[in-house]
Amino acid sequence: MTSFLYANAFLIITLVKIVLMLVILLTVNAYLTWFERKLVAHIQSRWGPHRVGPHGLLQPLADGAKFLLKEDPTPAGVDRFVYFLAPLLSLGLAMTSIAIIPFGPDPLPWLILGQKVYLGIADLNIGILGLFAITALGVYGIALAGWSSNSKYPLMGGLRSSAQMISYELAMTMSVVGVLLTAGSFSLRDIIDAQKNAHGIFGWQGIFSWSIFAGPLPQILGFFCFYVAAIAETNRAPFDLPEAESELVAGFHTEYASFKFAMFFIAEYTSMITVSCLCSILFFGGWLSPFPPSWTFTFYLPSLILIPSGLWVIWDGLRYETIWGRLILPGIGAALVAIGAALILLPALNNFIQGPFWLLSKIFVFLFVYVWMRGTLPRFRYDQLMSFGWKLLLPVSLVNVVLTAGAILWRGY
Amino acid sequence: MNAPLLVFFVLAALAVGGAVNLILQKHPIHSALSLIVVMVSLAGLYLLMGAEFVAAVQIIVYGGAIMVLFVFVIMLLNAGIEEHTNFSKLAGFAGIPLALAVTGFIAAAVARSNDAVLSVSQTGAVAPTKELSTLLFREFVYPFELTSFLILIAILGAIVLAQREHS
Repeated sequence: MTSFLYANAFLIITLVKIVLMLVILLTVNAYLTWFERKLVAHIQSRWGPHRVGPHGLLQPLADGAKFLLKEDPTPAGVDRFVYFLAPLLSLGLAMTSIAIIPFGPDPLPWLILGQKVYLGIADLNIGILGLFAITALGVYGIALAGWSSNSKYPLMGGLRSSAQMISYELAMTMSVVGVLLTAGSFSLRDIIDAQKNAHGIFGWQGIFSWSIFAGPLPQILGFFCFYVAAIAETNRAPFDLPEAESELVAGFHTEYASFKFAMFFIAEYTSMITVSCLCSILFFGGWLSPFPPSWTFTFYLPSLILIPSGLWVIWDGLRYETIWGRLILPGIGAALVAIGAALILLPALNNFIQGPFWLLSKIFVFLFVYVWMRGTLPRFRYDQLMSFGWKLLLPVSLVNVVLTAGAILWRGY
Repeated sequence: MNAPLLVFFVLAALAVGGAVNLILQKHPIHSALSLIVVMVSLAGLYLLMGAEFVAAVQIIVYGGAIMVLFVFVIMLLNAGIEEHTNFSKLAGFAGIPLALAVTGFIAAAVARSNDAVLSVSQTGAVAPTKELSTLLFREFVYPFELTSFLILIAILGAIVLAQREHS
């Protein structure tokens, strides 16, 4: 038995990683909906979900149960095979793209089955290209959902979204080329390592060696194009024309109910997470700390954030109005404080957690900006969307490629 | 049977099955979907040979860009179910034997080279992107640039034709 485990260690570890990743991803997705509803509500001076559980923390659970238990009618006249295929395709491809993201620089501090275990499922040589290949297929989920529903609004939504995704995919791919030229590799790990050694403005390290500020040419233009195109690619506000309520009811998923609708929903949130990962890895140094390596005290930042926020949650929870809140919230706070204390007491663990901590913080910032934009910006008109993509983003990203290539030649990288 | 060989046969079966299904399906969307299956399983075969870059480009260009355009046009025209004509006599008499003959020739050529299936299924013959680009931009730079020029002319032609119809 043990010999079998050791012989197939790589396969077994990868399978376990995939299962763990699925569980974590679905939980994060669920709480991302809670986060988004809360944040948008506060932007609009409302409270957001607050009935189910303390501060509405159990709302995602209730939503999940609702999606599972609702009636799931199949409309008459749909193309059954494609109608069932579309949500599967959407969700499957969105989830697959996360597999390529590396979440930390070092392997786990201990060996499992005699193997070094890295955070992240697949470390591809072609990294970013593999990701683009998966996103290129992602269009089909939405386009086919719109077509197979055999209804006018979904068809319009599907057509809009395919046109939008084709247009913006071009700008998105071109805007990354600058970073790829600088790093000289497709692998996401190599791209982050290249930013570690880059010397930025005045030779400062830390935040100034990230590729948005450093390298032969700071990739500010590239980042702008990438982020805007990526938001359009994930069909989020202000580019959410495929599901514009006032024009198209709900766009491509109008005819989908129950869990098939939830699958589109989860796919959208998963691609939001992927885009945030990519932004932080390509332009913002991935797991690199924004401080120079000589500032050793920044190693305690995770604890410095966890312990006070845990104490605050305990203080807030003790004043909560329901008895459940007074029990659950201090529990969560105590857990946060305990993790923070453990990180101070175990330097090896603290060392290991640094990379993932910074990467996850950056991902969180980008997710926040995503929601912030949804709460702030009005929707584009369809012709504005098209002319913005083709007449502004694409030329700017092309100029960025030419300028970066010129800077590499000129400065002899 | 080792794992790469098994994966090879699965992908090959998918590719051939998709291609046959492409012809048999009556609805254009179903045919387009079968073609996507063919493209993606071909990319899988490239991956098996260690040609990661070619595999990714295969999916991005063929599976993504070109096929999305196909599906988009079919959706836009809202094409219905095709009507099949009776097969022409010529196709029955000449087409099937010719197809068989071509398949036979290719199979014979593959069988003659040593251990073709095995060498295909062995990962190791890596073609890194760097070598590929060196070939393209050093040795074959003139044919490469000429081809891109041809493509540019074709794009311009398409725009000119579309505009004339518009006005």
